[in-house]
Amino acid sequence: MTVSRDNSLAVYRGIKAAGVKSISALPETWLVYLLQLAEDDPDVHLIEVAKEEEAIGIAAGAYLAGQPHLLLMQNHGFLAAINGIVSLAMSYRIPLCMLIALRGHWGEPYPWHTQGGIHTEPVLRALGIPFEYARDPAKVGLQIKQALTFAQSSLSPVALLLDRELMED
Amino acid sequence: MAHGSKLITDMKRSDCIKALYPELADRLVVTIMGACAQELYDLGDRDNFFYLQHAMGLASSIGLGLASSLPNQKVVVLDGDGSVLMNLGTLATLARYRPPNLTHIIFDNGSLLSTGGFASHTTSGITDLAAIARGAGCPKVFAADNNYQFLEACAEAFDSNEMCTIVAKVEAVGPDHFGMDIALPENAFRLKRYIKSITNYELRITN
Repeated sequence: MTVSRDNSLAVYRGIKAAGVKSISALPETWLVYLLQLAEDDPDVHLIEVAKEEEAIGIAAGAYLAGQPHLLLMQNHGFLAAINGIVSLAMSYRIPLCMLIALRGHWGEPYPWHTQGGIHTEPVLRALGIPFEYARDPAKVGLQIKQALTFAQSSLSPVALLLDRELMED
Repeated sequence: MAHGSKLITDMKRSDCIKALYPELADRLVVTIMGACAQELYDLGDRDNFFYLQHAMGLASSIGLGLASSLPNQKVVVLDGDGSVLMNLGTLATLARYRPPNLTHIIFDNGSLLSTGGFASHTTSGITDLAAIARGAGCPKVFAADNNYQFLEACAEAFDSNEMCTIVAKVEAVGPDHFGMDIALPENAFRLKRYIKSITNYELRITN
């Protein structure tokens, strides 16, 4: 398995085109090129966290400050962040635009990812978080823009699931 | 007194917040839930106050998001031992990014006071939050055991060009009442509007 450099660039171009100015993230394999691009981008403020729930707080602060913010995380990080999503973002009507690397799904060779992968979509549904799958590098830019727009207009968390088809070569 | 709390201090959090209150007029303030939020609210609610009524541990993360997005604004986080213990990683994240406009005040009463007064890990000095903050790499950490030390630390922090962390040992006592007339989304809308009014930013809705 290799992470797709070209498609990571397509995702990052989408993030930039959407007007994102700050990103919070926890490094993960599929996000490696995205994070490198963000680190090297002087126009984007990147905060890397120790655990994903912190990023919900950081995103709330950035939103209240008027800064379009995007969260990058693995699906297991999303699962680890749920109390923050429910008790902070949903309770206070704070929008979250989450790009989530969907590990542990179709084609997953690693056993340790599988349970998180199997349960990500049901948990999103249970929480009423609108989500879409991003599979096509030609469409992902528009999907990111739409995710950010919808998060901001609905004052809700939204999730774009970065699929294996997109993230691996 | 709440059981389990054996801290040797005669400092009260309510007195600390009262002494601090005039200085909070033009700062963005994020406070944790429960007694701390109530004591701040009772002194006089303000548009620049954000009361994090739940999501324990994330007050300092919100503070980091605000401070790094608004380098020209001063941000104060009123935190507690129970909340910080739920999100110790925040101290390392704060240390890494260390926004100079952030003051992180941790009231350590050694107790989960608002949820029954159970002893927290800091009771009897078992766990030293100031030492943890220093070990995490927070650049300027103060430990205050009395009102004089607390006010001195705050004065230095508010003047400082570095992120400051103040761990204040306080008694495990809280208000005799709870109740705030502000709905949670209203609090967020209000703070956002307040920040917009002082910074004149334009939120770009992408469409």
